[in-house]
Amino acid sequence: MTRRDIRTWLLVAPAAAWLLVMLVLPLVVVVVFSFGERAEAGGYAPAFTLDNYLNLGARATAFANTLTLAPLGTLACLVLAYPLAYFLAMRASPRWRTLLLILVIVPFWTSILIRSYAWIFLLGGQGIPSLLNALGLGSPRLINTPFAVLVGIVYGYLPLMVFPIYVSLDRLDKRLLEASADLGAPPWRSFLQVTLPLSMPGMATGSMLVFILLMGEFLIPAMLGGGKVFFVGNALVDLFLQSRNWPFGSAVAAALVLVMLVAVTLYMRFTRSWAGTRDDVSLM
Amino acid sequence: MRLYALAIYLFLYVPIGIIALFSFNAGRHASQFTGFSVQWYGKALSNPFVMDALRTSLTVALASATLATAAGTAAALGLQSVRGRVRAVFDALVYVAVMVPGIVIGIATLIALVTLFGWINPVLAALWPEGGPVPQLSLGIGSLILAHGLFSMALAIIILRARMAGMDRSLVEASADLGATPWGTFRQVTLPQILPAILAAFLLSFTFSFDDFIVAFFVAGSNTTLPIYVFSSIRRGVTPEINAIGTMVLAVSLVILVLAQAILQRGRRPARAA
Repeated sequence: MTRRDIRTWLLVAPAAAWLLVMLVLPLVVVVVFSFGERAEAGGYAPAFTLDNYLNLGARATAFANTLTLAPLGTLACLVLAYPLAYFLAMRASPRWRTLLLILVIVPFWTSILIRSYAWIFLLGGQGIPSLLNALGLGSPRLINTPFAVLVGIVYGYLPLMVFPIYVSLDRLDKRLLEASADLGAPPWRSFLQVTLPLSMPGMATGSMLVFILLMGEFLIPAMLGGGKVFFVGNALVDLFLQSRNWPFGSAVAAALVLVMLVAVTLYMRFTRSWAGTRDDVSLM
Repeated sequence: MRLYALAIYLFLYVPIGIIALFSFNAGRHASQFTGFSVQWYGKALSNPFVMDALRTSLTVALASATLATAAGTAAALGLQSVRGRVRAVFDALVYVAVMVPGIVIGIATLIALVTLFGWINPVLAALWPEGGPVPQLSLGIGSLILAHGLFSMALAIIILRARMAGMDRSLVEASADLGATPWGTFRQVTLPQILPAILAAFLLSFTFSFDDFIVAFFVAGSNTTLPIYVFSSIRRGVTPEINAIGTMVLAVSLVILVLAQAILQRGRRPARAA
C-alpha cells in the first residue's frame, strides 16, 4: 500500500465501520429474526420457519391503510404543490423567489411532531369544530378520522413535493413556450403539451420522496388517527414495544421494505418508459 | 395564482402561528385567548422532566452532529480516490441509510444492539477483574448518538459530494505542483471551499437529531428526549405547556435553519463569481 492508499483508507474507515455496525448489521438481524420464533418472555428464539410471513395477513388492515393513504396523500401533495411550484418558477418576481422558496422548505426541517400537534389543536373539539358550531354549521367530528390523517400528511410533506417540481419548471427552456404561442397554441394547450410533460421528472422525484416517507409513517396516524387509522408503522411499534414479538415484527418490517422497493421500482419503470415515449414524440 | 400561493403559505404557517399564539395564553383553555402571559414558559422551564429531556436532546444532537459531520467529511474526501466496486457498494449503502424509513432503522437497531449486548455483557463480566462494579452495555445516549449519526453522516456525505463536484480540481493540482504537502493543500485550498457545506451539514444534522422522535423512541432505552417527552404528554392531553415547549422547539430549528441557509448562500456566491 502506498501512503496515498493508507490515507484514503483512514479517511473512509470510520464511515464504513459506522455503516457496517449501524446499518448493515441491524438490517441483517431483521432478516434473520424474521425466520425465527417468539421466545417465551418475548424477543427472539432461533428457528427456521416461514410462519411469520404466512401470518402477515393478521396485519392486513395496517398494510391496506398504508397502501391507500400513502398514494392518496402523495396525490394530494402533488395536486396542491404543482400550482405553487408553477407560481414560484414562472410568475414570482426574482427578487422574492429565494425567500419564498426558503419559506416553503423550512417547515419540512422543523419538528413533524410539533406540526402534527398543531393539527390536534386545530381539529380537536375546541378548534375548528367549535368554530363551525358557533357559526351554526354543526360540529363535525374531524380528529381521529382518515381525513385528519390526510390533512396531517399534506401539511407534513407538501414542502418536499414543491421543491423538485420547482427545479424542473425552473430549468424548462422558456423559448419552447414562446414557440408554442407563436405557432398559435392557446396558453392552456402550451401548458398541457409543453410545460406539463417537461415537468414530469420533477413530479416523479417529488412523488417518490413523499411516497417512500409515507410508507414508514408512524407519528401522523398515531397523533391524528387516534388508533382508528393506523399504518404499518403503528403496527410495528405495537409489535416491538407492547407484545415484544420480534420475529413477527421483523417479518412485517421486511415486508414493508419489500413493498416499498417494489412500488418504487414499478414507479421508476413507469416514469422511465413514459419519458421514453416522450422522447419519441419530440423526435417527430 | 398569487392568491393560491398566499393560501398555501397561510396553510403552512397559520397552524404554527396558532400554537405560538396560544403558548402566550393566560387561560388554560384552548378555545379562547384570555390574555397575554408567559406563565407556561415559566412552567415548562421549571419542570425538571422537561429540562432533563432538553439536556438529553441537546447532548445527543451536538454529539451526533459533530461525529457524523467529521466522519462524513472524511469519507467524502477519501472517496474521491476510490473507484470500482467498493465505491458502488459504499454509495449504495449511503443511499440506503437515507432512504430506509426511520421506523425500520429504529427497530433494527433496537433488536441488533440488544442481541449484541446480550452476548457481550457475560463476556465482559467474565473478563472483568475482581472487585468494582462490572460495566454493562445497554441502550442509552451512546446508542442514540450512533443511530442518529447514521442518517446524518449519510446526509453529510451527500451534501459534501455535491459541493465537491462543483470544485475546481486544478487548484488542488496546482497547490501540489507548487510543493504544498497534502495537509497544506487540504487546509489552504480544499477546506475553505467545502467549509460552508460542512457547516450546513452540521446544522441540518443537529436539527434532524433534535427533532427526531421515531428512532429515539426505540433506541433511547430509559432516556427521554424532548420529542419523546412531548409525545407522551400529548397522549395525556393538550395543555398550554406543550404549546410553550413546541414553540421553543420550532424557534430553535428555525434559527438553525436560517443560519444554515445563510451559510450555504454565502458559500455559493463567490463560487458563482469565479
